[in-house]
Amino acid sequence: MSPATTLRVIGSLGARAVKQTFRRPQLMAPLLIFPTLLLAIQTGGAGRAIDLPGFPVVNGFFDFMLAGAMIQSTLLAGNTGGIALAVDIETGFTDRLLAAPIPRFTIVAGRLVGTAVLGALTAVWFVVIGLLFGAEINEGPLGVLAMIGLVTLSATAFGSIGAAIALRSGSASVVQGMFPLVFVILFLSSAFFPQELLLEPARTIAELNPLSYIVEAVRDPVIGAFDATNLLEGLGGLAIVATFGVTLAALAMRRRLRIG
Amino acid sequence: MGAIEVSNLQRTFDGGVTAVDGVDLEVAAGEIYAFLGPNGAGKTTTVRMLTTLLRPSGGSARVAGFDVVSESADVRRSIGVALQEAALDPLMTGRELIRLQATLHALAPADGRARAESLLRRVDLLDAADRRVGTYSGGMRRRLDLASALVHEPRVLFLDEPTTGLDPVSRKAIWEEVTKLNDGGTTVFLTTQYLEEADQLADRVGIIAGGKIVAEGTPASLKAEVGKPRLEVRLSEGRAESCNEVLARFGRLLPGKDETLAIELAAGASGIAPVVRALDEAGIMVEALELHEPTLDDVFVIKTGYHIEGDDPAGADAEAVEKTER
Repeated sequence: MSPATTLRVIGSLGARAVKQTFRRPQLMAPLLIFPTLLLAIQTGGAGRAIDLPGFPVVNGFFDFMLAGAMIQSTLLAGNTGGIALAVDIETGFTDRLLAAPIPRFTIVAGRLVGTAVLGALTAVWFVVIGLLFGAEINEGPLGVLAMIGLVTLSATAFGSIGAAIALRSGSASVVQGMFPLVFVILFLSSAFFPQELLLEPARTIAELNPLSYIVEAVRDPVIGAFDATNLLEGLGGLAIVATFGVTLAALAMRRRLRIG
Repeated sequence: MGAIEVSNLQRTFDGGVTAVDGVDLEVAAGEIYAFLGPNGAGKTTTVRMLTTLLRPSGGSARVAGFDVVSESADVRRSIGVALQEAALDPLMTGRELIRLQATLHALAPADGRARAESLLRRVDLLDAADRRVGTYSGGMRRRLDLASALVHEPRVLFLDEPTTGLDPVSRKAIWEEVTKLNDGGTTVFLTTQYLEEADQLADRVGIIAGGKIVAEGTPASLKAEVGKPRLEVRLSEGRAESCNEVLARFGRLLPGKDETLAIELAAGASGIAPVVRALDEAGIMVEALELHEPTLDDVFVIKTGYHIEGDDPAGADAEAVEKTER
């Protein structure tokens, strides 16, 4: 199969993944509704947190929280993509793809393209929500583009972990069972609270959590200015997550092909 | 060279369960081969190995001239596959599914669109093409699945239980389509647990039980192996001895059931008229006369000791296997 045809296959499978999510509201809800509600609740309930000594200088708690909501959404997009892939395995649709003369990696790549598109859409959603509710994006349009790019990459990286779990388990309920873990990972990072203000051992865990670096890279354009170190650390965090996820997905696919 | 050549094919799953235990078979190009057996016999596992979805534990298989392990991509380019339970995405429309299938088989976009329209028309789904598959009936899903398997005009078509659970009308529609495809030169390998399906469609039948092929041949030769047609005569008045004397002139007397007399009638239907004339000349009044041809069920019973229960495809439970008393 030529590279152009391979790309067309990945694009078609990605388009199917996006349509599938839009056509099944229960897949769409976690991407937008949960993070938006959490953003509203936390901003309303804990807005005075910015007065704490050591809290970064921000225009408001909402501005600080926006990046956390975006990354929460990408984690859920990865989980949702994993659920959809597991449903494909359960219903036999994956067998249809495996029986076609396509490189096997395109099955996962197509799913990740779909997750990336959904990640980009959620980024746009939160930028719009942010601007409507008074957030100030200090770095302007370029900052917005950087945020959308990072969130898209983030969705892809977390999507690879969702795909790995789906391929290993072949069960939608197992992937869905990972849902609470998303929140544990989020709360043990700097997504919703500055790392410096966390108590031990949460602080150390957050320092080791790649998610913290990804969130900070997304947050920078909103609350401060571009910081090359933060951006590189964010991209490094993404690379760690993606490498981990893709490796696991490849191993899980190989095992699935072996055991049938 | 056969379209499918299988030698000592084996598959043992983790935990030591052997689903396929040394299957040998050969399917000629242009043939319809039916793999007949109850659930758990090894039919689907064999198909999954032949379609490269599962690696064999032992033995070898070539499909369309290519080895299923070392040339799996070539195999996949040459085959069409419609899997058990029609693995379709209920959220896609029929048209979207066929176009996706065309993309998977590297058809150019314009060719894929044209092929999709042609296939949807062929399986009578053009009007429903933009509806989501989730709204389709079982028969419509099967037809769509069949159409999607044909998108790249495969040389060999694998159909895994293509009519399981379908009503008689939908079943017949699938049979007609399979026959048309075969008339066009496509080799068809189908698995079924329905004796009638194998009898109607197949040039040759392989009966599989416990992961092994226990009988193979044309439906007629398999039936001929297990016995000749049997004529049963029910009398309207009790002259059994005289009747037996007449019947014995036409074939070996067999034990009758439920007050009927029976003979082995080698000539089949064409041998009935002389029997009727002889009984009439002897003044024997006959209430009923029935000719029973051997069926594939008889073959199945004799070869395996089991029979497939619920042969009617529209039946509620066609999956159970029952130990026979015979």
